[in-house]
Amino acid sequence: MDKKAFKAAFPLTMPVFAGYLVLGMGFGILLSSKGYSFLWAFVMSLTIYGGSAQYVAVDLLSGGASLISTALLTFMVNARYLFYGVSMIEKYKHIGKIKPYLIFGLTDETYSLVCTTEPPEGVDRKKFFFYITILDQSYWLLGSVIGAIAGSTIAFNTEGVDFAMTALFVVIFIDQWLSHKDHRPAVIGLISTIICLVIFGAESFLIPAMIVISAALLIMRGTLSKEAM
Amino acid sequence: MDLTHSALIVAVVALVMAALRFAPFFVFNSEETPPIIAYLSRVLPCAIMGMLVIYCLKGVSLVTFPHGIPEAIAIVFVALSYVWKRNTLASIALGTVLYMVLVQVVF
Repeated sequence: MDKKAFKAAFPLTMPVFAGYLVLGMGFGILLSSKGYSFLWAFVMSLTIYGGSAQYVAVDLLSGGASLISTALLTFMVNARYLFYGVSMIEKYKHIGKIKPYLIFGLTDETYSLVCTTEPPEGVDRKKFFFYITILDQSYWLLGSVIGAIAGSTIAFNTEGVDFAMTALFVVIFIDQWLSHKDHRPAVIGLISTIICLVIFGAESFLIPAMIVISAALLIMRGTLSKEAM
Repeated sequence: MDLTHSALIVAVVALVMAALRFAPFFVFNSEETPPIIAYLSRVLPCAIMGMLVIYCLKGVSLVTFPHGIPEAIAIVFVALSYVWKRNTLASIALGTVLYMVLVQVVF
């Protein structure tokens, strides 16, 4: 182990430690409330490794969703990962053998750390980014397993714990609302989904909603570029 | 619970996530992002979060008791506390506890 690189990386991950422990535990408790053991939490945090993806996956699991709607919903919910990748192409260009793991380990939080920092002078770049990435994933794994074990062993009424997912999305929604001047995309997302929910019903509104949102945003782009030019 | 189907769901989610993460590294070699991708990267997250909030509330009935009141109270709490303190974890944790108390004890 490269102690120098670890010492540079570890303090940067402390905020993520707190966040992933709590959000991971929320995921674990939620998953165990649907009857899945901590092994499921472990495997999901190991192979999927994404907060909103895993929260939504709990819902898909408990509802026995079809594989097509699972793929589509995962794609739409996590399309932002495409853009994390795009913006890291240059930075990770010559990073070597460790590159696949660094790409796999890109999450909202890890991305925000690695895209804004460079290691201090004299610290191995590869190892610095590797430690940040793997530390973050271990926090997430730890939190989700603790949550799943707690959820299945400590007897408490978990009714309403699903609201953690709603709260997570409300917070992200508000955060994006506050950080963007143009609120039309957010409003399009809300209104299109409500309309599709009313028309298609709770079982099958999501895919129509995704299509309507994408179409509306692309149409909006047409009007925008005309305005801009 | 159908364990095989559950395992397949987990596998599909994992595969799609990996595809989303790795695709850019295979598709784009330069730093230049196609304009349509850059545009969607700006607008899609806001719209999708709006969609997800509604998605979470899909099971709430406004016509039968308690008419979505616990959800409304907890969402207002989460939103206002976040605007006030900008603390993601506190808003989620306290909002969830508030909601659990509302549905278990109050309503």
